[in-house]
Amino acid sequence: MKTQTKQLDRRSFIKVSALAGGGILIGLYTEPQLLSQQPGAAPAPTPVNPGTFITVHPDNTFTIIAKNPETGQGIRNALPMVIADEFDVDWKQVKIQQSDLDDKYGRDMGAPAVRQIEGGSTATPQNYTPMRNVGAAARMMMVATAAKQFNVSATELTTESGVVTHTRSGRKATYATLAQAALSMPPMQIADIKLKDQKDFKILGTRVPGVDNPAIVTGKPSFSIDVNPPGMLYAAFEKCPVFGGKVSSANVDDIKKLPGVKHAFIVPASEPRPANAPPGPNVSWASGVAIVAETWWHAQNARKQLKVVWDEGPVASQSSAGYMAQIKALASKTSEPPAGGGPRSTKEGDVEAAFKTAAKIVEAEYDFPLLAHAPLEPQNSTAWYKDGKLEIWSPSQIPQFANAAVPAGIQNTDVTFHLVRAGGGFGRRLVSEYDIEVSKIARMVADERVKAGQPSVPVKLVWSREDDMGHDNYRPAGYHYFKAGLDANGKLIAFRDYVASYGNTSVIPANEFPRGFVSNFWVGEGQISPFNIPTGALRAPSTNGISFVMQSFIDEIAVAAGKDPLQYRLDLLANPTANAPAFTEASFGAPFNARRAIGVLEAVRDMSDWNNRSKLPKGTGKGVAFQFAHSGYVAYVVQVSVDANKKLKIDKAWAAIDIGNQIMNVSQAENLVQGGFVEGMSHMMAWEITIDKGRVVQANFNNYQPTRMRQVAPATVEVKFLKTNYSPTGLGEPSLPPAPPAIANAIFAATGVRLRALPLAKQGYSWT
Amino acid sequence: MPYTLKINGQSKTVDVPADMPLLWVLRDVLNMKGTKFGCGIGACGACTVQLNGRAVRACQTQVSTVGNQEVRTIEGLSSDGSHPLQKAWLQLDVPQCGYCQAGQLMNAAALLARTPKPTDADIDAAMTGNLCRCGTYLRIREAIHLAANGGRKA
Repeated sequence: MKTQTKQLDRRSFIKVSALAGGGILIGLYTEPQLLSQQPGAAPAPTPVNPGTFITVHPDNTFTIIAKNPETGQGIRNALPMVIADEFDVDWKQVKIQQSDLDDKYGRDMGAPAVRQIEGGSTATPQNYTPMRNVGAAARMMMVATAAKQFNVSATELTTESGVVTHTRSGRKATYATLAQAALSMPPMQIADIKLKDQKDFKILGTRVPGVDNPAIVTGKPSFSIDVNPPGMLYAAFEKCPVFGGKVSSANVDDIKKLPGVKHAFIVPASEPRPANAPPGPNVSWASGVAIVAETWWHAQNARKQLKVVWDEGPVASQSSAGYMAQIKALASKTSEPPAGGGPRSTKEGDVEAAFKTAAKIVEAEYDFPLLAHAPLEPQNSTAWYKDGKLEIWSPSQIPQFANAAVPAGIQNTDVTFHLVRAGGGFGRRLVSEYDIEVSKIARMVADERVKAGQPSVPVKLVWSREDDMGHDNYRPAGYHYFKAGLDANGKLIAFRDYVASYGNTSVIPANEFPRGFVSNFWVGEGQISPFNIPTGALRAPSTNGISFVMQSFIDEIAVAAGKDPLQYRLDLLANPTANAPAFTEASFGAPFNARRAIGVLEAVRDMSDWNNRSKLPKGTGKGVAFQFAHSGYVAYVVQVSVDANKKLKIDKAWAAIDIGNQIMNVSQAENLVQGGFVEGMSHMMAWEITIDKGRVVQANFNNYQPTRMRQVAPATVEVKFLKTNYSPTGLGEPSLPPAPPAIANAIFAATGVRLRALPLAKQGYSWT
Repeated sequence: MPYTLKINGQSKTVDVPADMPLLWVLRDVLNMKGTKFGCGIGACGACTVQLNGRAVRACQTQVSTVGNQEVRTIEGLSSDGSHPLQKAWLQLDVPQCGYCQAGQLMNAAALLARTPKPTDADIDAAMTGNLCRCGTYLRIREAIHLAANGGRKA
């Protein structure tokens, strides 16, 4: 295989670009300067200062900082576990403290470009080595201090459980006695830090329960919505149901008279980019009516009396039916040669010529819908503006000072930003309108109160479930016109996908398998316009939809070829073309590595007894799918049973996963994979957002049904992590994308019916 | 108007409108934040509490209808996290985000009180109204069995 630099284009790295509403889209390009807190050139590595992360207590216990936002992915455990393991202390000696937002954490772990964000399955690969450096530097400082005290060479000393030992003399010193001198040593250069051998890890790779579990199971305030500073008022915020609509007028004087209501006012929309915005994120907000009351119920209840005259704007003429009409009109363009190159299209070989020579042609249309994220904790944020400063408690996955500072009309340095556990993220909290809105509302409330001689108070904004479902940044939909050509032996010789894209380009599989494994490969695109529904990253952006269409259509091709669908994938992977990515030892951000894909496919074949699937009873079948997503490799085999009434049951799923040479926390890792599969079941069966007159039709869980317990059979998801020689990468996202196609392919195996559109409920299916 | 509620064995008097849901009385008046708001329409189960041992949705329970019934919330499931379900939840490391788990626990506790040794089908029937967006259902079911078995795996 030859090296192809263009293969590094699309899915290689992390792209962060500004979105309206203070969001950052985690995409796929690298732009390190955008990953840093301050725009500009990517900062150089800095010395490691472990005292920022570790506090040593007199009883030889340790408080370790968890610096990243926790939304349920387990990072509040994982990053401190890395520090503790290298520091050579026992987990039972460790207490965890969540940090605020502060540049010092990146700087003092030696990687100032790495931000405190939860997105793109980046936290593990970006922080693993820096966290190791922090723990190892701290350990070395303890050893150096003990060496001086004992008057021996540091090489004669060992550490364990927070104690330095000089074996020859039997002398010991606890970290507690050494800490004052040790942790005031100058920061260490990364080159001078010696890491543990991975085989000596004692905490990483074990099962470590979530540090917040005791608080969660006893109902202690743990989440952003539970934050309750003294004197707090509660806000509801009514926005135009039509995207881009504005308030013309509202009966706020009537609302102010309602029980419990303390303030009510119109919040004007920001200018597209406020004049005082610093370089970087696009901090802007929609207009709406804020109602601030003594409880959230009073504020929400007052909305029933609210009468708003909206200027709905041009989006009110858009609807899902109109988008579909445009999609159908694009069908005539599917054979136009794509431009080729970049993230939007690919042109390798000549598919049209190859189709003419093909022994067999397979054509199919596939689509997947817009999706809302629907994390269970509704969007919320709490802000307290007082005397030119603002304190905010936020569940954001991508906390940013500017989201508070700009709407409050103050500088970033006047903001104290607390990161509070969030009840689910899934990408929804990569866009943090609620941080912006609450900061604006808190400032307006404070100004009103100061004028009236009242003290400034904290304000908690809570969105209703309906607010969230109607004002999300939706997983973009995609409509795919596929055509494939096979030779007389069933070999894939041409593959074409023409995508009617709406939302954004992440639905275009320009660099997706089987690219690089078929000589003629075209991906083209036609855009729907106008389309003004906000879209954003849902767990495993791009592949969460692409995997369904690509892995289903590959399956269809294998069946047309008369081949075993799993073996057909292996055969493709074993025969790269000149356009395949070069083999690389790199892991995070590296291009697709066929060897790793082969590894997970072979493992899942063996786990699932795939080769004996012909013995399954009628109405039962096994399907396979694999996906490369966010640097991880996941293959599923799923067994389903389907009855004559289209009642569907998932009997069993097997997952083989390669995310490198170190699982941080086995318990959390298995939980995340099972959860990713269960989320895939929701995408499969029931989830769809539709648009009517510029507004979202679905409003709540009653018409946006997530998977329920009775649909998940006991011991459904069996998980195996392959240990490979690649550096560890993230797991929040990769387990989701191949779940829907594996289920769809199993349904085909069980029934002979090929499912080409999601969700299945629209086609008469339901869970048993 | 004033209502005197019996919550976790304590008497609490609140002065609130008759139609205020128990959820918001608990959360925003009594500052008991353990009971969670998820949907407001009784479709997610995050706000599950018990009235006289029966699992109900606090977002659909107007304060005026509570009367003398004993309200039990997650804060009162045990005084110290020692309820068998809480111990099972910790042992199996059930939560991901954790937001639904208070409601799951309150519903599961009501189930075990009336069906001490539930089958998988009993659990599914009782628990299917409590959604977990993170998908921890396998562990929730296993934890209920674990608690029913006195902390020993079956």
